[in-house]
Amino acid sequence: MQRSSEDNGIEVRGLVKQFKTGPKAVDGIDIDVAPGEIYGFLGPNGAGKSTTVNMLVTLLPPTAGRATVAGWDISTQGPDVRKTIGAALQAVALDNFLTAREHLRLIAALQGITGPRARTRADELLHRVGLEEAADRKVGGFSGGMKRRLDLALALVHEPRVLFLDEPTTGLDPQSRTSLWEEVRRLAREDGVTVFLTTQYLEEADVLADRVGIINRGVIVAEGTPAALKAEIGAPTIEIVPTGDDDRVAMSRVLEQFGELHPEAGSPGSVAVRLDQDLAKRASLVTIIRAIDEAGLQVAEVRQHDPSLDDVFLAKTGRTLEGATDAEAGVAEPVAR
Amino acid sequence: MTTAVAAPTARGVVNPHAGSASLPVQVLVLARRSIKGALSRPQGYMPAVIMPLLLLTINSSGLSDATRIPGFPADRFLDFLLVITFMQAALFATSNAGLGLARDIEEGFMDRLALTPMRTGALVTAQISGAVVIAFGAAIVYIIIGLATQVDFHSGVLGVLLLLVLATWTAFCFAAIGAWLALRSGSSEALQGIFPLLFASLFLSTLNMPRDLIEAEWFQVVTRFNPVSYMVDGMRSLIITGWDGRALLEMVAVLALVSGIGIAGCARALRRRQAQG
Repeated sequence: MQRSSEDNGIEVRGLVKQFKTGPKAVDGIDIDVAPGEIYGFLGPNGAGKSTTVNMLVTLLPPTAGRATVAGWDISTQGPDVRKTIGAALQAVALDNFLTAREHLRLIAALQGITGPRARTRADELLHRVGLEEAADRKVGGFSGGMKRRLDLALALVHEPRVLFLDEPTTGLDPQSRTSLWEEVRRLAREDGVTVFLTTQYLEEADVLADRVGIINRGVIVAEGTPAALKAEIGAPTIEIVPTGDDDRVAMSRVLEQFGELHPEAGSPGSVAVRLDQDLAKRASLVTIIRAIDEAGLQVAEVRQHDPSLDDVFLAKTGRTLEGATDAEAGVAEPVAR
Repeated sequence: MTTAVAAPTARGVVNPHAGSASLPVQVLVLARRSIKGALSRPQGYMPAVIMPLLLLTINSSGLSDATRIPGFPADRFLDFLLVITFMQAALFATSNAGLGLARDIEEGFMDRLALTPMRTGALVTAQISGAVVIAFGAAIVYIIIGLATQVDFHSGVLGVLLLLVLATWTAFCFAAIGAWLALRSGSSEALQGIFPLLFASLFLSTLNMPRDLIEAEWFQVVTRFNPVSYMVDGMRSLIITGWDGRALLEMVAVLALVSGIGIAGCARALRRRQAQG
C-alpha cells in the first residue's frame, strides 16, 4: 500500500448521532483509517453506515464525539474538510437539466478550478468514467449506471485526498461495477487516496477493502482484514455428494471425525461437515478424500465452503446482511467432480 | 443531553488541487445554473410571460367600464392595470426560486453542492438571483408592451427606470419568501400548496380598483393591511400619476420590510436545516 507522507487518514473517536426520535443511529464508534487504505464499512440497512458517512463529510453534525478527516476536525473545520474530500453519496444527486460536462464545470468552479484547467479536468474525468460520448447530453436521460459514474467523477474533480463512497455500486451492472472497483483500487494504490467505502455487498468489501468494519445498530461489532475476520469465524465447511444415496450414513460416519456435521449447510443428498479449527490446520481436502477412499465410498461431487463475510456478520450479530445476493453470501465453489 | 466535543484546533492536509471560489463567484455560477434550468423548462418561464398578459387582456377589456366611475384615476383601464404584469412576474419569482430550491433539497443536489467548499447561502442567493433576473427580463417585456399599446407613463423615462427597479425589488421580495418556504418545508409539494394563497393575496389588494372606490368595507380593510396593495399602488403611481412621493415611500417601506423578513427567514431556516443536517 502506498503511504502518503501527508496524513490523509481518518480518525474517529466516540462518534455519536442521536436523532430526535429513535435510538442512537451511531453509538460511540471509534475508527482509524490509514492514509491510502481502502476501508470497507459493512452493515445492513439502517445500521448507521450512511449516518456515519454524512457526519464525516460534514453534512450532519455529530451529537457527541469527534473525528478528523485528513487532519481537519469535522465539527469545527468543515470547509477545510470539504476541500480535502470527495464523496459520492448513496442517493445520486444530479441536476437533470444540466449536461455531464456542465456538472463537472459547475463543481470545478465551486472548488476554485476554472479556465483551461477546469476544461482539461472535465475531459479527463469524462474519459475515465466512460462518459465522453454522453458528455453534452442532459443527465435527465442518463441510465442509473451513467448517473453513478458521473457522480463518482464529480467526487474526483478536485483530486481529493480522501474519498467517501456510500454504496457506490448499488444499481450498477456487473461490468460497470468491476470498472468502478478498478478505479477505486487505482486511486488508492497509485494516487494514495484514502477510501472510506460503505457497502451492503460482501463481495465488494472482500475484493476491495484492506480492512473491514462491521456496524450493527450503530455499534461496530467487528473490525479487521477480511481474511482475519473470516479466519476468526472458523474453518471451511466440506460438502460431499456420495455416488449412491445409500452411502450417506457411511459417509457421515467418515466425515464426523473431521468436525461437526452440518445437515443444513449442504444441498439435498449431500453430507456437510464444518471442520474443527484445530483439524482444519492439519487436515487438507486430500486427507478427507483419502479417508473416504479408504472407507470404500464413491464421491460424485466435493464442495468447499470457505467462511464468508456474511458468516462473520451472522456470527457477530445473529443476522445476515440484507441485500446480500447468493453470489456474495459465500456460495460454494465446486472443487472436484 | 450530549454535545459534540470541540476538538483542539487541528491543521490537516491541504489539497493542492482545490481552493474555493469567492462568494460572488459561487453565486454567479449557481445563478447561471438556476437561470439556465428555468429557461430550459418552458413551464418555468412561459407562465411568467403569458399569464400576466392574459390577465391584462381579459381584465382590461372586461373591466374597461370601470374608468367611468367618478374619481377613477385613469382614462384607460389598460394603463391602470399594467401593474398586474409586474405583480404576476413577481409572483412567479416565488415559484422559480422556491421550487428550484425545494427540488435541489428533495433531489439531494443541495447536499451534493454542500460537499464542496460552497457556502450554502450561495445556493439560496443564487436561486433568488436567478428568479429575479427572469422577472427583470419579463418586466422589460411588459414595459415594451406598455409602450407599444400606448400606455402613458406619467413619470417619464426616469419613472420607467424606477418602475423597472421597483418591479425587480418586488420580485426579489417574493423570491425570498419562496426560498424561505422552500428551506422551511424542503418540499415542492408543500410550496405548490401555498401558491394559491399568494395568488389570492394579489386579488385581495388594490390591483383591480383603487381603495376608496371599493364598495365592500371589509375589502377596504383587507387592502389596507395587505402589503401587496402598497406594492401595486407604488408602481401604478409611476404609470398613471407621475411622481407620488407618498405612494413611492410606502412601497419602499413595504419592500424593505418584506425583503428583511424574507432574508431573515431564509437565514434562520438555513441555519436550522444545517444544524439538523
